[in-house]
Amino acid sequence: MDKQSILEVRGLNVEFETNDGVVHAVKGIDLDVKPGEAVAIVGESGSGKSQTTMAMMGLLASNGRARGSARYRGQELIGLSERKLNRVRGEKITMIFQEPMTSLDPLYRIGRQIAEPLIHHRGMSAKAARARVIELLDLVGIPNPERRVDSYPHEMSGGQRQRVMIAMALANDPDVLIADEPTTALDVTIQAQILALLAELQQKLGMAIVFITHDLGIVRRFADRVYVMRSGEVVEEGATETLFGAPKHPYTKMLLAAEPTGRKAAPPAEAQVLLEGRDVEVVFAAGGGWFSRSAGEVRAVDHISVALRQGQTIGIVGESGSGKSTLGRALLRLLPSEGTVRFVGQDISDADKRAMRPLRKELQLVFQDPFGSLSPRMTVGQVVTEGLKVHEPSLPARERDRRAVEALKEVGLDPAMRNRYPHEFSGGQRQRIAIARAMILKPKVVVLDEPTSALDRSVQKQIVDLLRDLQKAHDLSYLFISHDLAVVRAMADHIIVMRQGKIVEEGPTEAIFDNPQEPYTQALMAAAIDGTPFREGVVEA
Amino acid sequence: MFAYVLRRFAGAVPTLFIIVTIAFFMIRLAPGGPFDLERPLDPLIMANLERAFNFDKPLWQQYLIYLGNLAQGDLGPSFTRRDFTVMDLFRTGLPVSIQIGGMALSIALVVGVFLGALAALRQNTWVDYMVVGTATFGITIPTFVIAPLLSLFFGVMMGWLPAGGWGTWQHMVLPIATLALPQIAIIARLTRGATIEALRSNHVRTARAYGLPNYVVVGVHALRAAILPVVSYLGPTAAALLTGSVVVETIFGIPGIGRYFVQGALGRDYTLVMGTVVVIACFVIVFNLIVDILYAWLDPRVRYD
Repeated sequence: MDKQSILEVRGLNVEFETNDGVVHAVKGIDLDVKPGEAVAIVGESGSGKSQTTMAMMGLLASNGRARGSARYRGQELIGLSERKLNRVRGEKITMIFQEPMTSLDPLYRIGRQIAEPLIHHRGMSAKAARARVIELLDLVGIPNPERRVDSYPHEMSGGQRQRVMIAMALANDPDVLIADEPTTALDVTIQAQILALLAELQQKLGMAIVFITHDLGIVRRFADRVYVMRSGEVVEEGATETLFGAPKHPYTKMLLAAEPTGRKAAPPAEAQVLLEGRDVEVVFAAGGGWFSRSAGEVRAVDHISVALRQGQTIGIVGESGSGKSTLGRALLRLLPSEGTVRFVGQDISDADKRAMRPLRKELQLVFQDPFGSLSPRMTVGQVVTEGLKVHEPSLPARERDRRAVEALKEVGLDPAMRNRYPHEFSGGQRQRIAIARAMILKPKVVVLDEPTSALDRSVQKQIVDLLRDLQKAHDLSYLFISHDLAVVRAMADHIIVMRQGKIVEEGPTEAIFDNPQEPYTQALMAAAIDGTPFREGVVEA
Repeated sequence: MFAYVLRRFAGAVPTLFIIVTIAFFMIRLAPGGPFDLERPLDPLIMANLERAFNFDKPLWQQYLIYLGNLAQGDLGPSFTRRDFTVMDLFRTGLPVSIQIGGMALSIALVVGVFLGALAALRQNTWVDYMVVGTATFGITIPTFVIAPLLSLFFGVMMGWLPAGGWGTWQHMVLPIATLALPQIAIIARLTRGATIEALRSNHVRTARAYGLPNYVVVGVHALRAAILPVVSYLGPTAAALLTGSVVVETIFGIPGIGRYFVQGALGRDYTLVMGTVVVIACFVIVFNLIVDILYAWLDPRVRYD
């Protein structure tokens, strides 16, 4: 701790000029990074954690202004000319970003993109740079680097692209690597691989890492020191061990306690089966066109049977592409599928739109994206009552309004806000609106498709509590689709683990979590729940 | 890629067939015929003419005869310019139209992309406002207003250039300018929008974060992405420009093929109209193909196989 800081931030302010006036995103924060140290900046969305590093790197949006000081080895970065800044960024300080899918230029081969900083900072020849790129790709664990160097970004998976970004970041042996939510967009098992890679590379190469994240699980396993940020300020700072062991600031305490807790008991064995799918199969045709035959089929859901009983919550767990959302949609008859689907004993496998309409009231769906799933041109009251107009058209307007007030109250929103538009609400509030829209119809079964994934941890917890309260009050059955095991554990009494359209393992929640049988489930659990640090020397709290 | 091009040409045949069929029957729906003059012809002469041009046969027979001739590359005689076949007319007119259209297209592309990129890089400065303002102006003013104004000012009042006619390079300046100006405006606006979007994209942020010099960030990473929508726009535009413009050719008195479509339709010159339809359809098909190939070359995510 007596080493000189290589990054020294003092009184850094970031402001954005917007139509609604000046937004003060970062409010005079101090921050230090010492050589070889892993520092985490933790905060929920809007805390200013990303903008802090963007300001240092001269990457603020055109309406953003930075004031204060950020020094790299004594050199002031704020207000530095672009030419001088370009000698620091990409060479001494490098960055990897949250969006592996879009952070690489889709039009150029990855080898060329990794080589660019080598050529421009070190004056390497194209040939020498290519040799170094292959070396780097090998270092970050890309198989067949000689061949992959000529790949385009779209030919690689998200995890591989993030490895490519890491290779680019390491190219010039930087002093500091800034990782801005580098694993947020990735599946849990891939997340674990990328984090392990970063930890390993840090030990091998000895650079400092600034890790920006909202995920405290990652912080605990990765960082030496933590800064907790909230609305542009650092509320607490300290060694990881101390901060996790004895948090001082109430916000830190709240964040640490934000993981959803509690378990759900299974419904009685005699509870009625409400929604049942037997041998459900969904096949998508892939490719093909006018003059060419279909290139192939994707079996998104491959002979899966589910039986959801009254009062039960089945958690469907899997990584992206596992078919979990497709299964949910097939069971709601929103997609054509093979196999039998029954709702309260009635066969609805071949029910068309018209036949399904009366049942839609009982079978509701809540989506992941609270921003995209509410019409921006309707007031909250209109959004919530839209279903009533279809299913109970005879209801007088006054009664409809009364039901809207009731539904909004039930999801913990002030009914007086029902004349506002969705954009005036936060992500968590919008998800409450989406839930109210489903609940107002008094459904029996609700399919919840990643309802908490777009939300901050502290908000997630509230939504989980809300969903559990509603379930108790109305004896609802949930099909809870999620990749987030901590949330599923708190919500579901039965779990189905899916991979590539098939069930890998299924059983009561406790059994799946405490004693997973299949290697894939074990890997999933290890990646998400296991507290083992990625780095040696980090003591667990 | 070669197989793809072959497939596209194979696909063009039914497209062309459908276009020819629709055009053939639609023009016959219009009342009157090519030999209806102010003073009616002698019935005997009329009958002779009709027999000579197969008008006495049922329509479906005429259609089959036309298709047969077309398959051999014969577009038939022109009914209104009796000394020429339709092919003759295109042989002399098409090079003129292509010359003017091609020049206008090249100029529009170079100037439009340059202005658009410049405006995007200087967003919300006076340069940007100038470009956007001029471009909006350029799009709103139709060619039938620009052409006579240019002709009047540079040709008649200043006497710098011929006000109309055809022969020397001076004759080409004003028509090319008339055709190029609105295209410059459209391309500049397209390029500006696409460049602004590209500059905001994550991969351009990456390029900046890695300290790449500005000319690389803009020239290599932003502009290549920004040019894609312009390329898409160019397909139908190139076909339209190269097949001539009625307005420009009429106002400047240029012997291109742009006039034939309107003149042919008004004079019920069935073969001339059909010929124009075939030529324009071929141009559209070929240029869309060129654009698709260009697009695949620029964007590796696009693959046709």
